[in-house]
Amino acid sequence: MELLSFGDTGWGDELLRATFMTILVAIAAFTFGFFISSLIVPLKLSKSKVLNFIGNTYTTIFRGVPELLVIYLLFFGGSSAVMFVAKIFGYKDFIEINAFLTGSVSIGLISGAYTTEVLRGAINSINQGQFDGAKSLGLKKSTYYVFVIAPQVLRLSLPNLSNVWQLTLKDTALISVTGLVEIMRQSYIASGATRNPLLFYCFAAFLYLILTTISLKYFNKLEKKYNFYT
Amino acid sequence: MKQVNKIIATFLAIFILSINNLYSDNVKIGTEGAYPPWNAKDASGKLIGFEVDLAMELCKIMNHSCTLVEQDWDGMIPALQSGKFDAIMAGMSITQERKKKINFSQGYADEVASFAVLKGSSIKPKTPKSISLSNIDSNDQKTLDALKKAFAGKIIGVQTGTIHQNFLKSGLIGKVNIWTYKTQDEVNLDLASGRIDAALAAAVAFEDYNAKAGSKLKLVGPTFSGGTFGNGVGVGIRKADSALLSDFNSAIDTARQKGIIKKLAIKHFGFDASM
Amino acid sequence: MKPILDNLPDIIKSAILTIELTVISILIGLLIGFIFALMRISKIKFLFYLSYYYSFVFRGTPLFVQIFIIYFGLAQLEFIRESILWIVLKKPYWCAIIAFALNTGAYTSEIFRSGFEKIDKNLLEAANSLGLNKFKTFLVITLPIGIKRSIPAYGNEMILMLKGTSLASTVTLLDLTGTAKYIISTHFNPVEVFVFVGSIYLFFTFLIHTFVKYLEKKFRYY
Repeated sequence: MELLSFGDTGWGDELLRATFMTILVAIAAFTFGFFISSLIVPLKLSKSKVLNFIGNTYTTIFRGVPELLVIYLLFFGGSSAVMFVAKIFGYKDFIEINAFLTGSVSIGLISGAYTTEVLRGAINSINQGQFDGAKSLGLKKSTYYVFVIAPQVLRLSLPNLSNVWQLTLKDTALISVTGLVEIMRQSYIASGATRNPLLFYCFAAFLYLILTTISLKYFNKLEKKYNFYT
Repeated sequence: MKQVNKIIATFLAIFILSINNLYSDNVKIGTEGAYPPWNAKDASGKLIGFEVDLAMELCKIMNHSCTLVEQDWDGMIPALQSGKFDAIMAGMSITQERKKKINFSQGYADEVASFAVLKGSSIKPKTPKSISLSNIDSNDQKTLDALKKAFAGKIIGVQTGTIHQNFLKSGLIGKVNIWTYKTQDEVNLDLASGRIDAALAAAVAFEDYNAKAGSKLKLVGPTFSGGTFGNGVGVGIRKADSALLSDFNSAIDTARQKGIIKKLAIKHFGFDASM
Repeated sequence: MKPILDNLPDIIKSAILTIELTVISILIGLLIGFIFALMRISKIKFLFYLSYYYSFVFRGTPLFVQIFIIYFGLAQLEFIRESILWIVLKKPYWCAIIAFALNTGAYTSEIFRSGFEKIDKNLLEAANSLGLNKFKTFLVITLPIGIKRSIPAYGNEMILMLKGTSLASTVTLLDLTGTAKYIISTHFNPVEVFVFVGSIYLFFTFLIHTFVKYLEKKFRYY
């Protein structure tokens, strides 16, 4: 138990900080994914075959390739890609892309692919009559999407968004391979230094369990709150 | 909405902080922090070890401000090349293969490699105390043959992307089962648990493990140097940074003359590994 | 392309390992998932809670942590190393499969459970009025309908498991991801190697997808 204590001899304070990092990177990734999906969903719903294709390619790739591979690709290839672009603009110094950015972007891209599917499914499940009704009221397309469709979509997709969030939260463990000190990484370091992997990985599992349980409760509350309108 | 604003603000702050790093003009030195006693981490998360101390001394001599950057071993050279840091001090041996990609300063310490097995293991090759692979003569060949016999069909663990992995791959001791690990810590864990029959790494890495975990391991066979094992450990630097390279070279000269390297080596390794 | 062509035999070997890990884990996970789903709908409190907490723990933690606990964590315990379990746990291959199977088993049990629970009440009543007992009702109504309904969700789970096998590379196994990393540690062309290996995974995903679509078509009900 001493190993989990706070202060210089224990790993408690480090693990606590790492837990905050996990939460932060998960929120960043989920938000980024949500932002991307709001760009991709219109592509997938559009009547243009080309736009459809772009949208489908995105979701197929990021739901079909292992998370670890996406992270490695961005980690090893990301900064050289940015450097390449920077050089075109005449910028010669080295540009650092830190582990937090690499992590939240790569997990965000994956999270976004799942969010896209969730939102698309929810939109498709909305009664066609509502679109017609809104149209017959003379509402502009953008107006009825924002005020009529979007709130319903969010409510309908809450249970599935909750799943995507859980997935994203757990995927952040994989970012540890880039050196970002979140729960998994900190446990890895601690178990290496103390030669006590069992204790630290079990404790890591416990921390994740707390995070997933709390967020599940929170989402359930939201669902209950907004189910009122059905 | 307030919550969303907060999240965006946090995100921006982190982004700006990471950009800020770019404009400071200090030297960033990459190290692994998982290869004791060369470089490691203590319970407060601080980097410690021979190279951490040495890096600080060299920076003092060069009159540079320095920061240490942690980097996993498997991404060490790509990270140097992409500019995450400017120099590598991570127990990296100077080898021909690596020299194709990066430059090395002169060596600052000798890394002696050795096999280790669990105490009580039946693997006991009869060999001389050391072998140099730069020039393999008939005596050396005999040593290699003895090792070939002792390790035939055995599982040997090494860290990925190391000289030790290259040596096992080279086939000089025949065909063995090579298991690769992300860190030396993991190699030690699996050797101690008996999953692998032997491991190959810096001799001091096993001795360090023994000192902390209670003498579970035993070094066997000769110590290796030369050939695939390279010529000592040096500072890795990008090919384009010739000024930094000569800075490090002269700083190492000074540190050697003042006996700093020797002193640090004795402190961390228990013997004089300076070169 | 040179690093890829040089290592093509290794890549093929590792692709086979990835398939092997996926198929074996999915099959064992299917069995586990089915048994635990039955426990979950059973009236016996002990079995219910056992299944509930199993699924809670394995779905609430990352697979990465699970595989490390099983591989590095359990090996730390002397009584495990001295027990008969060590024959299996000594091998990274079996550690990976145990972790994968337990993980996918937890998700599978939830998929089946919700399939079984969502059966139309009217159907069950109809069966009851036909004089079928509970066991028979389960056998001829709940089971086939529940399984059919579970197919789409189970397809997604199979794809998640395929992706999850990339974690085998963290316990010394040279699966597709492990081999990609190995090639990169000797050559230095990360992007092309990862893209190539990524497309192999995509191809496997496509195969699973097609298989699931075929199953759905075959078992379309009503």
